[in-house]
Amino acid sequence: MEIVLVGLNHRTAPVEVRERVSFTAEQARRAAEELRARGILEETLVLSTCNRSEVYGVPPESSHECAPGLSTFLSEFHSVRPDILGVSLYHHYDQEAVRHLFRVAAGLDSMLLGEAEILGQVREAYRFAHEQGATGPVLNRLFQGALEVGKRVRSETELGTRPMSVASAGVKLAERIFGKLNERKALVLGAGTISEQVVSQLRDRGIAQLQVMNRSRDRADELAKQFGGKVVGWGEWDAALQSPDVVVSSVSADEPVLRRDIVERAMAARGNRALFLMDLGVPRNIDPSVGELYNVYVYNTDDLSEIVQQNRNARESEIPRAQGIVDEHVTKFLSWQASVELVGLVDALRVKMREERASFIRARMELMKHLTETDRAHVEKLMDEMLEKLLLGPAERLRGEKELRRKIQNVEALRDLFLSNREKT
Amino acid sequence: MNHLFPILTALAYLSSFGLYIRFLATGKKLTGRLGTLFLGLGLVAHYFALLERSRGLHTVPYHDLYGSMSLFGWLLALTYLGLELYHRQQSVGAFVMPFILAFFLAAHLAPADRLSPPAAHGATFAFHVTLSILAYAAFALSFVLSLIFLGEERLLRSHKLGNMVWRLPPLELLERMSKSSVLVGLVSIAIGTALGFVWVDRLSSEYSFYDPKYVVTLLVLLLYVLYLRLAGTGAWRGARASRLCIFNFLIVVLSFTVVNLYLSHSHRYF
Repeated sequence: MEIVLVGLNHRTAPVEVRERVSFTAEQARRAAEELRARGILEETLVLSTCNRSEVYGVPPESSHECAPGLSTFLSEFHSVRPDILGVSLYHHYDQEAVRHLFRVAAGLDSMLLGEAEILGQVREAYRFAHEQGATGPVLNRLFQGALEVGKRVRSETELGTRPMSVASAGVKLAERIFGKLNERKALVLGAGTISEQVVSQLRDRGIAQLQVMNRSRDRADELAKQFGGKVVGWGEWDAALQSPDVVVSSVSADEPVLRRDIVERAMAARGNRALFLMDLGVPRNIDPSVGELYNVYVYNTDDLSEIVQQNRNARESEIPRAQGIVDEHVTKFLSWQASVELVGLVDALRVKMREERASFIRARMELMKHLTETDRAHVEKLMDEMLEKLLLGPAERLRGEKELRRKIQNVEALRDLFLSNREKT
Repeated sequence: MNHLFPILTALAYLSSFGLYIRFLATGKKLTGRLGTLFLGLGLVAHYFALLERSRGLHTVPYHDLYGSMSLFGWLLALTYLGLELYHRQQSVGAFVMPFILAFFLAAHLAPADRLSPPAAHGATFAFHVTLSILAYAAFALSFVLSLIFLGEERLLRSHKLGNMVWRLPPLELLERMSKSSVLVGLVSIAIGTALGFVWVDRLSSEYSFYDPKYVVTLLVLLLYVLYLRLAGTGAWRGARASRLCIFNFLIVVLSFTVVNLYLSHSHRYF
């Protein structure tokens, strides 16, 4: 019941290798099927994201023995030369494989520390493998544990709460003022890449209405079409600034495009409703004195970058807490794994003892021919009861006492002590 | 007198306060929920503490200054809990709990009141007093919410966010919560005052209609109506409305203290 993990990620492989070893859903299904058909793994799960490709499995024999076969399989499956793949692959076994997965689910192994998407990707990979019948009791338990770790880390630590990009920091700040953005309106000045990032974030937050204003009408149309917004003519400030709650600006201009008098006029027209201005342009697009106006909040690139840096530090300070949750669940999983193995061992011992009892009785009864059938039945029953009593107590204690299971570190040693090689298998 | 309920109340409120602070620091949902749970338990224990005290003294809770303060603390906790559940926002708990605790502890740790209260009884009078104290509690809550609003608004404008801003309620939610609280206060004080006049009318031979308390209460009513009116319009929206709310509460404190104790003929502790 060992666990093996072979994979690569953004730390061990450049993007040229990662993209060659990534799995589509169909490839993941086929790989899992082949690995089981070839007898390399009994249970299989493929986790493939843009930053990692990992195969988790339960091998029929020792996990260390199956790892080379798994590497070769990956090399063949993706037609990547073993020498190229070999330097990028990592192999983890048992406890380390469990810890690795739990760290992945927690977002501790992500390129962007604490990012939220990975938990959904782990959930999806598990659901897919489970539906295909590729997982069994061990991987089911392992991935359910991983999902729990991911959930706990996100709810009990701040690892994933703070925005880590300028765009998301701006959107989160807007939420500090307005709350949920699903009834809010936004105006985007400029239609470049940065604007696109912010618009994407705003859409994710369910912004109710989006207006795009750009010097080039075509690009404005494109962005508006892409995100379901409408275009406002360049310079039509009075109309454009009347309804939005959030304004995002990233225009290439030598001088501020949003002057104080424009915003002042707009604020009067909108009855001083709060206005959040995100100035992502360099040079700045919004006159700094606009920030002095009542109910107007202005944040420029530097302000937002500083917030991102603070958040990065805050996230890093949460690593020990997240790691604590990971460790707790690794111990829990290993305890479960040991209990299953120990209970299996006790069951095997019971079968062996019953067999021993049968041959023992057969031999002894030959010498005790004076006993009646009833007496023989009594003797057999007494022996059965004695054997059950001998095994029942330890079996129950093993099931119930976590601490005892923890103490019994080397199950294999016990197995070797009591059972022959044939019986172990 | 049995001290079980006051002790239980103090423990529950203190636990709730601690949990709300922890929630503000860590953002753990479970901690926030536990804070709410302990506040609820504190409310129940506080109710029994009030009941026991009233039975022990054979009078109503607002019989003396300390009873009034304890009742005020209880109604503040009750109003806050209602508001928290309605708006699903637990970050304010850490700021409200000190007030609840202060009123509860001041009422229960202080020596017995030496001033004798006005001879008053009957359901109308009881409702008049309870609703008036509920109104003051609701106004106190809006005062706390306005203070938080101004603090958060200042942090957001100065770009000095720190850790706390991410945990506090959004500014617009704080405004809504403050308005909800003021609305509860206004309805309570309007009904409470009307009942007070009904009661005075019945005893007109005994009590004067010309009590400074009436003027101050009317002023409080008008100021809070003004707040509600202005908070949603043009120039006053946002921080200015919050400042008005804080000013209004200072008048409430004036009414609760100076007017009651030194100017009013028929009011003492409410």
